[in-house]
Amino acid sequence: MKVTVVEKILSANDRLALENQSTLDKSGVLGLNLMASPGAGKTSLIEATIDALGGRLRLGAIDGDIATSLDADRIAARGIPAVQINTGGGCHLDANMLKSALPDLPLDEIDLLLVENVGNLVCPANFKLGTHFGVIIASVPEGDDKPYKYPPMYTGVDVLIINKIDLLPYLDFDLDYFKQGVAALNSGVVTFEISCKTGEGVAPWADWLVEQVLAHKAKE
Amino acid sequence: MHELPVTQSILEIVLRHAEQANATRVTQIDLLIGDLASIVDDSVQFYFDMLGQDTIAQDAKLVFKRVPGKMRCWECQTVFAPDGRTYTCPQCHSARVEIIAGREFRVESIEVE
Repeated sequence: MKVTVVEKILSANDRLALENQSTLDKSGVLGLNLMASPGAGKTSLIEATIDALGGRLRLGAIDGDIATSLDADRIAARGIPAVQINTGGGCHLDANMLKSALPDLPLDEIDLLLVENVGNLVCPANFKLGTHFGVIIASVPEGDDKPYKYPPMYTGVDVLIINKIDLLPYLDFDLDYFKQGVAALNSGVVTFEISCKTGEGVAPWADWLVEQVLAHKAKE
Repeated sequence: MHELPVTQSILEIVLRHAEQANATRVTQIDLLIGDLASIVDDSVQFYFDMLGQDTIAQDAKLVFKRVPGKMRCWECQTVFAPDGRTYTCPQCHSARVEIIAGREFRVESIEVE
């Protein structure tokens, strides 16, 4: 006998993600899921964002890594409440891991939660966390072909940050070719071109975050 | 390596629907997977052989129906398969294109006894 199912494979994760989102919404927290390959500058972006915001928003961070608390330590050193999730070999965060980490943060005292996913351009794309925006950080040294090689990652995000633009004069990175690939996959993606090292372009990103947090709070 | 949690999820969906149908055995699982969904069929089968043991879905055959990636040009409406290097339209070379197939990722049906 044939039984029709038609159910999305990760529906259980999707349900938990919705629960996480309502937990965040109850405390008026806007959540971001920062995804990128290792070394693209996820933690550097968080640091640069803290500096550029200059206290305009109350921040919290969750750092996902296979091992160590190096990233959470870097964030905590700037006075931001930070929780480290060690996945013990797991290649991505999932909604259940985020659910376990949320009680360790003072959510009522946070406006913007930055969730740093495990460095990986494949697996995090499949697992929603319940954050409000998915952010991909692409860095210039990775090469301009990444949207073509990792389409799911570029398809499912709301924001694209092109980091390390200070290196553009030195590398064969065709910005137009890169952007064409992204536009085909995700035409409405909000894009920022920045350098966490020089600080170029970080201010518009920080201003955009402030706007989004205000819009989110107005909705609740 | 996200095939492990993916397989766990497949098994959970299959067992839930099999139970609702009062089945005693699941013989086949039909999956619809788009080529843009980053899943390795052999890996899913490997994990399923382990996770399915001692359940009514043990020995069920996994059938992967693959959906190739397809795009459509906004300018000239040409439907084409991306060649892996570029997403521009092969007819008019426009970069204004959209994905119309290849993102599927679901359990379609199961065969039960």
